[in-house]
Amino acid sequence: MSNRTLTFSVFRYNPATPEIKPCMQSYQLKEAGGMTMFVALTKIREEQDPSLMFDFVCRASICGSCAMLINGKPRLACKTLTRDYGTKITLMPLPVFKLIGDLSVDTGTWFRRLSVKTRAWVHTKKEFDPTVLEERMDNATALEIYEPERCIECGCCIAGCATANIREDFLGAAGLNRVARFMVDPRDERSEQEYFEIVGSDEGVFGCYGLMACEDNCPTKLPLQYQLAFVRRKMAVAGLKR
Amino acid sequence: MSNYQTHITDVLIIGAGLAGERAAIEASSHGLDSIILSLVPPRRSHSTAAQGGMQASLANCAMGKGDSTDIHFADTVKGSDWGCEQDVARLFCETVPIAVRQMAYWGVPWSRVVAGKKTLPNGQEIEDTKDKEGLITGRNFGGTAKWRTCYTADGTGHTMQYTIDSIVISLGITVHDRMEAISLIHDGEKCLGAVARCLRTGKLNVYIAKATVIATGGYGRLYDASTNAIICEGTGMALALDTGQVPLGNMEAVQFHPTGMVPVWILITEGARGDGGYLLDKNQHRFMPDYEPVKKDLASRDVVSRRMIEHFRKGFGVDSPYGPHMWLDIRHLGAKHIDTNLREIANICRNFAGIDPIKDLIPVRPTQHYSMGGVRINSEGFAYGLKGLFAVGEASCWDLHGFNRLGGNSLAETVVMGMIVGKKIAEYALGATLEYTSDVVEDAAKQQQERIDGLISGRHGREDVFQVRREMEETLMDYVGIFRTGPALQTAVDKLQVLHERAQHLGLRSSGVGANPEVTAALRLPGMIRLALCISYGALQRTESRGSHAREDFPKRDDANWLKRTLAYWPEGAVLPELKYEPVTITELPPGDRGYGESSASSKK
Repeated sequence: MSNRTLTFSVFRYNPATPEIKPCMQSYQLKEAGGMTMFVALTKIREEQDPSLMFDFVCRASICGSCAMLINGKPRLACKTLTRDYGTKITLMPLPVFKLIGDLSVDTGTWFRRLSVKTRAWVHTKKEFDPTVLEERMDNATALEIYEPERCIECGCCIAGCATANIREDFLGAAGLNRVARFMVDPRDERSEQEYFEIVGSDEGVFGCYGLMACEDNCPTKLPLQYQLAFVRRKMAVAGLKR
Repeated sequence: MSNYQTHITDVLIIGAGLAGERAAIEASSHGLDSIILSLVPPRRSHSTAAQGGMQASLANCAMGKGDSTDIHFADTVKGSDWGCEQDVARLFCETVPIAVRQMAYWGVPWSRVVAGKKTLPNGQEIEDTKDKEGLITGRNFGGTAKWRTCYTADGTGHTMQYTIDSIVISLGITVHDRMEAISLIHDGEKCLGAVARCLRTGKLNVYIAKATVIATGGYGRLYDASTNAIICEGTGMALALDTGQVPLGNMEAVQFHPTGMVPVWILITEGARGDGGYLLDKNQHRFMPDYEPVKKDLASRDVVSRRMIEHFRKGFGVDSPYGPHMWLDIRHLGAKHIDTNLREIANICRNFAGIDPIKDLIPVRPTQHYSMGGVRINSEGFAYGLKGLFAVGEASCWDLHGFNRLGGNSLAETVVMGMIVGKKIAEYALGATLEYTSDVVEDAAKQQQERIDGLISGRHGREDVFQVRREMEETLMDYVGIFRTGPALQTAVDKLQVLHERAQHLGLRSSGVGANPEVTAALRLPGMIRLALCISYGALQRTESRGSHAREDFPKRDDANWLKRTLAYWPEGAVLPELKYEPVTITELPPGDRGYGESSASSKK
């Protein structure tokens, strides 16, 4: 068991009190065995500062709510163990996303706009017929769809992306990965040219500089480099055909 | 002058998990306007965390051969220990194959049948036939006669939620996320909508609707150790209870999942045992077959949880600083299977416990998991007691699960209910007119503003919200757990009554300005303690054992006196719930032997 005392330096700003300027506030906490940032922040809120804003939901790295900058790197706070850090830990909200307060940012609105923009649903002209069996699908295809589908929209890839930090309209790895998910789905009847309309620009796949911080920072370990290359290659071909 | 924003819609849905969003799709497809309120962005809902799958009797895989809606029905009724509504169970089982296929049509990448001969971990040879190849497959789950749990690896809730949400987005349905309903607006007869607090700004909003739907999920976080997401605090159930008109059904029926991982209490899916994993004791002995020779590790959840505690009591638990636990062993399933079909839990083990389930044992203990009880509705989804109010999913008591829910029946219930009840909601809203007096609405909003002001000013007292809350969690954990006794339950009721009184005197330590989390917690707490009292008091009064409700002082199921459902009401100003009872609907299967569990002829007593 650890007997360390940790010092958390936490970004503070509450938009409801704009007269109080943004600042860093320090909290000290005794480390416990197996302590995660979820446990630490919850303890700080309950025992030291009940006004501290941050987001956790599943606390099991499934829901994607709790991404923040931990010592400068975008990480899911719930699965980040304090023992992997020194005694000084800096916590900042994710960049790119609108700040709600302290460590809480509005990833929900950002990702919703992304879904609307990329029209991220299965496009089909078929009607659902409740009286017939499901259409068959090769299990390998199902697994191929599940691979990009696993994205939890936490925003780590966006926060770590140079392009997304510079330009507001860039879809980022999460957006392009989402498009890749529908491209490999045989149920989606969209043509290459229709996808090109969505991602065949510098807002989409041609805006990526290839720095690959997205893949480095992805807590779900999605093969984002592969997915970006997949979409880019498809769109390059589609672009040549135009 | 009102200091809140008002929104008017046809259908107001509180909760954006699977059940709420599926119901919204139904309302929208009937041409109705709807608004969904959610504590979090929809894709962060707790539905997303469901791992194992959804039961549907498709009979496609080899071990599902011969399955039918009749067998699914019988499994569900036995699982519920004859506590469920059999007309509801029948309707559910008949609809679920359509629901799973509709989810496939919308985009869920269900795992599919791969033809060929296979050897199961227990050595059994099976063959998936060519004629079924490419159809939706199923895995084994507890308490089922056939393999019928449809899945996408162990991220089934995730793929279902993302798919349903993609349809919600495609239909342009309005979602107000980070918006928490904090009271229902009603005139004693009809529900008119809800007052909500914005979790971005702290400001009040008023929603007026023809139909209001509670879809807020369960109350797992009333307990100290729960697999549930931290937002599962039973908020919607408390809203309904606080009307004084609407009862909660069977709140004493609380499910403990056998395999919560020690000590973080994150769920390890039943799919792990379904796929061939098993439990070991401190001597690494596989003990479940000693108790349950037929179903072994895959008896229903209530039975496996009790057998684990029984085995602890005999001294066979593995000691740890967090109390005794058992081991879950999936090593023999092999790296390929674990990294494909059990990939999410393998990651959870690696991230949160630093263990690799391919070569290590997983420490597990029964952990609070599911609320069978909830807002009591009829088979069409109408809440008892108030017109225009509905409930779906875990927040409701439809009552498909009775005293124990089968694994895979909750994900299935969310979309089936969304479909069936969603249609009834739409029909109701199409025939309803929006009639309300501004007085009722003003009063409801004013009352909530006063509650918030009272907390900020501290004029009612200085009780600490987190302290009172912790005592509530510990009380339920210590006295209203898996095995229950009269004296322990009485202790819980006494303690909770004191806590309920203290919760009337909460005062903040912080300023309470804006989207302040202390205000959020303080607004929820009194309702949560009332739910805890409904659970404890209902359990105290029920002098029998049925499903998950196991009374050591009344170890037998008592059909003569207790084949009935508890209805808990909370009249204004009450200090305890008022309990009434109603008969359980038995249409097809008279009470009998479950085929597993302590009172079954085939199990060890």
